[in-house]
Amino acid sequence: MSRIREAFAGGKAFIPFITCGDPNLDTTAAVVKACAENGADLIELGIPFSDSTAEGPVIQGANLRALKGGVTTDKIFDLVRNLRHEVTIPMVFMTYANVVFSYGAERFISTCREIGMDGLILPDLPFEEKEEFLDTCHKYGVDLISLIAPTSQNRIAMIAREAEGFVYVVSSLGVTGTRSEIKTDLASIVEVIRANTDVPCAIGFGISTPEQARKMAGIADGAIVGSAIIKILEKYGKDAPGHVGEYVKSMKDAVR
Amino acid sequence: MTNVNGRFGIHGGQYIPETLMNAVIELEEAYNHYKDDPEFNRELTELFNEYAGRPSRLYYAAKMTKDLGGAKIYLKREDLNHTGAHKINNVLGQALLAKKMGKTRLIAETGAGQHGVATATAAALMGMECVVFMGEEDTIRQALNVYRMRLLGAEVVPVKSGTATLKDAVSEAMREWTSRIDDTHYCLGSVMGPHPFPTIVRDFQAVISREIKEQLKEKEDRLPDAVIACVGGGSNAIGSFYHFIGDESVRLIGCEAAGRGIDTFETAATINTGRLGIFHGMKSYFCQDEYGQIAPVYSISAGLDYPGIGPEHAHLHDIGRAQYVAITDDEAVNAFEYLAKTEGIIPAIESAHAVAYAMKIAPEMNKDQIIVITISGRGDKDCAAIARYRGEDIHE
Repeated sequence: MSRIREAFAGGKAFIPFITCGDPNLDTTAAVVKACAENGADLIELGIPFSDSTAEGPVIQGANLRALKGGVTTDKIFDLVRNLRHEVTIPMVFMTYANVVFSYGAERFISTCREIGMDGLILPDLPFEEKEEFLDTCHKYGVDLISLIAPTSQNRIAMIAREAEGFVYVVSSLGVTGTRSEIKTDLASIVEVIRANTDVPCAIGFGISTPEQARKMAGIADGAIVGSAIIKILEKYGKDAPGHVGEYVKSMKDAVR
Repeated sequence: MTNVNGRFGIHGGQYIPETLMNAVIELEEAYNHYKDDPEFNRELTELFNEYAGRPSRLYYAAKMTKDLGGAKIYLKREDLNHTGAHKINNVLGQALLAKKMGKTRLIAETGAGQHGVATATAAALMGMECVVFMGEEDTIRQALNVYRMRLLGAEVVPVKSGTATLKDAVSEAMREWTSRIDDTHYCLGSVMGPHPFPTIVRDFQAVISREIKEQLKEKEDRLPDAVIACVGGGSNAIGSFYHFIGDESVRLIGCEAAGRGIDTFETAATINTGRLGIFHGMKSYFCQDEYGQIAPVYSISAGLDYPGIGPEHAHLHDIGRAQYVAITDDEAVNAFEYLAKTEGIIPAIESAHAVAYAMKIAPEMNKDQIIVITISGRGDKDCAAIARYRGEDIHE
């Protein structure tokens, strides 16, 4: 069992997303610790990319702020190396294919292993292209997370059967960002996933309130929240860790 | 030369969000169904001939030939097409295909505005809704084209993210497509993006090289020695090259925008300064930093101001079948003025990059050799910007 599965072992999981380096890496470190201390079961760390085509304006903004501040892949590896002395819950990277490809797949993924990252989410690497990194991920025991979207339909079973770590269920059409309502028939999607794999599934995109998180965790095995946390960081900057911690606690209480 | 996975050698592929996968699969199936359908091809040919004004002329540039004193120079006049550029070839094909697929809305990205204008035109013609994404920087550089698109009934969305140029317009169009797929076709403007776009766009643009071959056969009863075209994403270039790829004696030359020079950061010359990467749905060469962050690129030409190149060009470069050279802003502006004064033809500043390279090599070639330059578009849109480049305070 990969460490990621452990995140789902104690009931419904709450999974926060944080863009590394927004507003700076010290704040990121404090926010990650606040998340872990307040009940996060797994943390998604975003490595910023200049052209984040799957993101809405909020996370795009975080990416560009972080890059402007001089964050690089190597600095983020150092951040994780240090964090791993204190933070023991599973963590995965969320970034774009070119960040991994350009660094060198072998070099990137072996470093993930070395510093204690458990998985990799690449929104621009669909099922058809996963061979690009899959063998290397297997070699170093890093789970390559699959995404399933509202438009996946006949593809759900195929993707689920080969899923590892957890299945990332995209709640809505479009890009990341908070939504007042999620209309997709997620229960039907989750049903097909569960018929094809025992890997847990978590729902993300558009979730911001405890009510939404409770509802999504009721359908799946966990809820992922990104933009709502980035907004707290945007609002409070270096003072954000305490506020993020409170928010994570309220969300974890809601999904429990 | 595409294989089943949409690869050109190692390049191409489908590096896109899962949300779009069924959309590109549906597009590929529809295209495979219609591409050899006689009725589809009859309708497309009629649109090409009756609406766009094809075939475009292959014009013997006698004065330019005499002045340069070397190879005979022919100009493939894509600038004479309806809407003033080669972009209409691809757009009519994709709009017709989208209509057959039951789509009622076209979205597109645009750099110089030529592809946006062409898409807005096809949408007006076929009674479809149209939204064009254009970098805010480009809406300022090409204000007249913004007005033309609106006049044609399209909505123009200025894109403020990133560098506010062509790459950001592509990203924003992709984001829009993930939010609305059922009724919307993304009418991609170049031979880039995920499979099947590089193949579809190439096939619709290949009419350029098919005509060049026929027209030159009639005029000279032979093949050209060189075909020269400008390359941003590379659609007019692949269209100009395609039917000559098997003719090894024909040199295929793509002209990239060097901007202020390939030894500066203000360049958009992808083959000359970029390296292998994955972006905008494809594996190809991209201008990027050591961590894979896409570089801000620069060219005086909004249409060549893109940090990547189509995967088939990347492959033609790898196997040495085509050559990619870099042309600076200065060289392109000189060629823009030269063609205007010598032949009375004002080329798009994009096409002027191809003219500039022909001016370099023609004098060194024999008088019995033949160069074909694709004039991909007309230069009216660029006059104010070139005047400003020369220090004149002209605004549209």
